[in-house]
Amino acid sequence: MWQFFHKLGSPKWFFGIANRLMPWLLWGGAVLLLAGLVWGLAFAPKDYLQGNSYRIIFIHVPSAFLAQSVYIMMAVAAVVTLVWRMKLADVFVKAAAPVGAVLTFLALFTGAVWGKPTWGTWWIWDARLTSMLILLFLYFGVIALGAAISDEKSSARAVAVLVLVGVVNIPIIKYSVEWWNTLHQPATFKLTEKPSMPIEMWLPLLLSVLGLYLIFGWFACLRMQTEILTRERRTRWVKELVQAEGN
Amino acid sequence: MHPIRRKRLTIVLFLLAGIAVAVGLTTYALRQNINLFYDPSQIAAGEAPLDVRIRAGGMVEEGSVLRDSESLKVEFKVTDFNSSVLVEYTGILPDLFAEGQGVVAMGRMTDNGRFVADQVLAKHDENYMPPEVAEALERASAAKHKAGDSSSADTAY
Repeated sequence: MWQFFHKLGSPKWFFGIANRLMPWLLWGGAVLLLAGLVWGLAFAPKDYLQGNSYRIIFIHVPSAFLAQSVYIMMAVAAVVTLVWRMKLADVFVKAAAPVGAVLTFLALFTGAVWGKPTWGTWWIWDARLTSMLILLFLYFGVIALGAAISDEKSSARAVAVLVLVGVVNIPIIKYSVEWWNTLHQPATFKLTEKPSMPIEMWLPLLLSVLGLYLIFGWFACLRMQTEILTRERRTRWVKELVQAEGN
Repeated sequence: MHPIRRKRLTIVLFLLAGIAVAVGLTTYALRQNINLFYDPSQIAAGEAPLDVRIRAGGMVEEGSVLRDSESLKVEFKVTDFNSSVLVEYTGILPDLFAEGQGVVAMGRMTDNGRFVADQVLAKHDENYMPPEVAEALERASAAKHKAGDSSSADTAY
């Protein structure tokens, strides 16, 4: 177990693992996401109240869900960076932050598009929307701080502390709709109860969430590989790899 | 675990706990500002200030919507099933506005106890269902009502 953990810390070893994993993640994710989206957008029944406009849920919920999951994964990686000083954890944080930012933006954007016809407004400063906007700014902060410090080790530690400070925002996003009065409705999916939506609606939603997870995994691997090659460009294994590719 | 790593982990945990407490206290202190709207009970209890732009939210009471035939003026009661507040609004209502649905209205409380709104937003809940299911549910509850009525009619005979 510990040996696996230590091996995972080696950039070269991870590079190989990622290579083998990536086609599975990409194709599995593409199939699930496509199935979920086509089913949800074209075949799932429409809502009795909102008609077809609720269908944006099939994009809104997966991106909002992933935006928060990615931040939690980054927070775990930040703890690993601070406690075990593992380089690969920092590589993950740097690789995942822009993806998380895009997902958060997508969630906010689709939410605004959904809010206009259903609520009657694009934006309102309620607790859920505001905390989600803070998440977007946290992602921007992580990206900017990482880029601003050129020393690899200081950059890794500073970014890790920022990520950890920001992680308190995640429970606030999750519970904002229960702790305060908001315009945003409470969660449809709860861990302990049946979803307040029939299976022909939540199954395509589940498929798109799983699909987006896998696609994120693929994209994170790809970005981490790029980051590893840049950081380790002076090592022998990278030079050999580049030469082998060249021939 | 290596003592240095254990020490680092403790520091990280203290950092997290400290931030959580700080943010928790701040949001608790600001809870009235974070709440998007006052509910009718709070307004009835006099917690909402007069003549200041506030939001009021709740359910539109069944059978309370009165539309003016000449203009876009509309009056309805917003309720949280404990108290209700009369809302006056002139303008176009969102599509989802209906009796029994949630709304959030922005406006002022006047001293005669009416809420004059200049914006009404619809609030939908977390339940989604196909129209056929909604219709079936409605029919079932209507049938139940009818059965209740007929049985009471029977006893009246």
